[in-house]
Amino acid sequence: MTAPATPAGEAPGPGGGPQHWYTVIWSSAKARIGIVMLAGYVLVAGLAPLIAPYSGTRADFDPLLPSGSTHWLGTTSQGGDIFSQLIYGSRVSLLVGLFGGLLATVISLVIGLIAGYQEGSVADDALSFVTNVALVVPVLPLMIVLISYSDVRGLPLIVGVIGLTSWAGPARAKRSQIITLRNRDFVTAAKFAGEGPLWIIFREIMPNMMSLVAASFVGAATGAIAAEAGLSFLGLGDSASISWGTMLYQADAQGAVSQGLWLWLLVPGLTLALLITALTFINFGIDLISNPHLRED
Amino acid sequence: MKYFLRRIAFFLATLWAAVTLNFIIPRLEPGDPAEVMVRKLSGKDAQLDPAAVKAMRAMLGAPDGNLLRQYVRYLDALAHGDFGLSYTYYPYGVTEVIGHALPWTLALVGTTQVLSFIIGITLGAFAAWRRNSRFDSVVTLGSTFLGALPAFWIALLLLFAFGYTLGWFPTSGGYEDSIPGWNGAFIGDAVIHSILPAVALLVTTSVAWVLGMRNTMVLNLGADYIRLAKAKGLADRDVALRYAARNALLPSVTGFAIALGGLLGGSVLVESIFDYPGMGRLMAEAIGNKDYPLLQTLLLFIVVGVLLANLIADMLYGVLDPRVRRTPA
Repeated sequence: MTAPATPAGEAPGPGGGPQHWYTVIWSSAKARIGIVMLAGYVLVAGLAPLIAPYSGTRADFDPLLPSGSTHWLGTTSQGGDIFSQLIYGSRVSLLVGLFGGLLATVISLVIGLIAGYQEGSVADDALSFVTNVALVVPVLPLMIVLISYSDVRGLPLIVGVIGLTSWAGPARAKRSQIITLRNRDFVTAAKFAGEGPLWIIFREIMPNMMSLVAASFVGAATGAIAAEAGLSFLGLGDSASISWGTMLYQADAQGAVSQGLWLWLLVPGLTLALLITALTFINFGIDLISNPHLRED
Repeated sequence: MKYFLRRIAFFLATLWAAVTLNFIIPRLEPGDPAEVMVRKLSGKDAQLDPAAVKAMRAMLGAPDGNLLRQYVRYLDALAHGDFGLSYTYYPYGVTEVIGHALPWTLALVGTTQVLSFIIGITLGAFAAWRRNSRFDSVVTLGSTFLGALPAFWIALLLLFAFGYTLGWFPTSGGYEDSIPGWNGAFIGDAVIHSILPAVALLVTTSVAWVLGMRNTMVLNLGADYIRLAKAKGLADRDVALRYAARNALLPSVTGFAIALGGLLGGSVLVESIFDYPGMGRLMAEAIGNKDYPLLQTLLLFIVVGVLLANLIADMLYGVLDPRVRRTPA
């Protein structure tokens, strides 16, 4: 059995038929801006070797050059080209967002859906307790301690720690969503057809809550990008690659604030903030799918 | 009454889970963090106090494999407040070092938490009351963008602009020309040093309340009791602020502890930028020095602090909303 003809949460379009999800998202001006901005970031990250004038890790230029024709944003005190670092830094943020967001989403799906499907059972009580604990434990200090013990610093470690610490909020949202869906007719039909609980949860019910899953993926990716920047700023990032967080870490450590090297401070934070804004805007559009009330605004 | 007992039970259960997590984390790691610490500390001073070595083994792991016995020893050390020695601040113990930093973080993070709640809730309530007005769109869009800014980046820019360029505020530390104590000179000094770190944290955390408050209140403004209040001829402003806003406040109370956790995370970065003498800066220093006893104890203090705040918020919620006290679920 596949999903019913009109999936839950898909509102009828003007013609009476169901409106496609991409039409709904695109109908929001904020989401359109967000999608265009994100596409720009993806393009820059993908074409980084073509766009960046130099390698991001090259550091043999004259230090602290002002912005000019050879170094658009100047150089760092270690002789790196700030513009090239900025371009290559987008790769780390997007990769961490993608994989950190995916990992957190997968964990939250497994825990939230299994707990909610068996609402009130011992399994639900146990999983809900773990979720509630993970929800109140402050994430950044926990990530800091987990990473500090490791001698090997790298992106897989960062992605893993971010995923393992940031699934709780999304898991709770999915648990309450599946509770509203698990007694629908199509679920009962699947039960009578003899399907197992895992098949019902992930093949029958999950496709009906894709907008929630998508929204929580974008939210988790946003959180992962911000977390990577914060961890890298504390010197816990990947030492082999350049990210916006490590750029700010070096700027702070080399005294960019007291020496007035404002370009070095300004641009990595600004690109980071604009990427996070783009993702937040996209989520406004995704929210319209599951919450038609918002569309009247 | 049952509601309050259940909340206390949940607090005790989460406290146990947090304490146990704190026991497990250093033991999951490859290598022997306790041994690393003992060796590093011996490099500073060959005459290491055996009691301190014992405390660190209890916190971070002992070579003998019996986890149950280690767990009992760990709980015993916690009960005595015995967290071992700090590598960074040797020969001081972790308890002493954190004891000096705790009041600073309590003051900074406590004040910012309360201020950001008040600012965010007020902005959200007015935005909902004047829905679709210019004020509403400025507040909604503004908080989306400000919420996307990393707190530590704002801290760097504030330090650059108001600390170094304009010279309006001190650039580092918690106090300068005064002796710590309960006197006007010291308090004034400490307040001036706290303004930039507090603003850096406020900008991002206050806007986090805005959208939630606005959306709940918009829903509340459509409710029947609001229509009744309006039909009674009450002033528009009274209906919005004394009826709708009061009810819309309730869901925000439950977010209090999670927001505090976020604020404490932000304070690690912001305190280290301003060299503010609180727990966040200690944590940043502990990372650099691989000071595991300090790091692990800081995590424990931060988690227990958030759990306590969560308990208080839950209790407050029970007082504010009689419905949760009555329903058995």
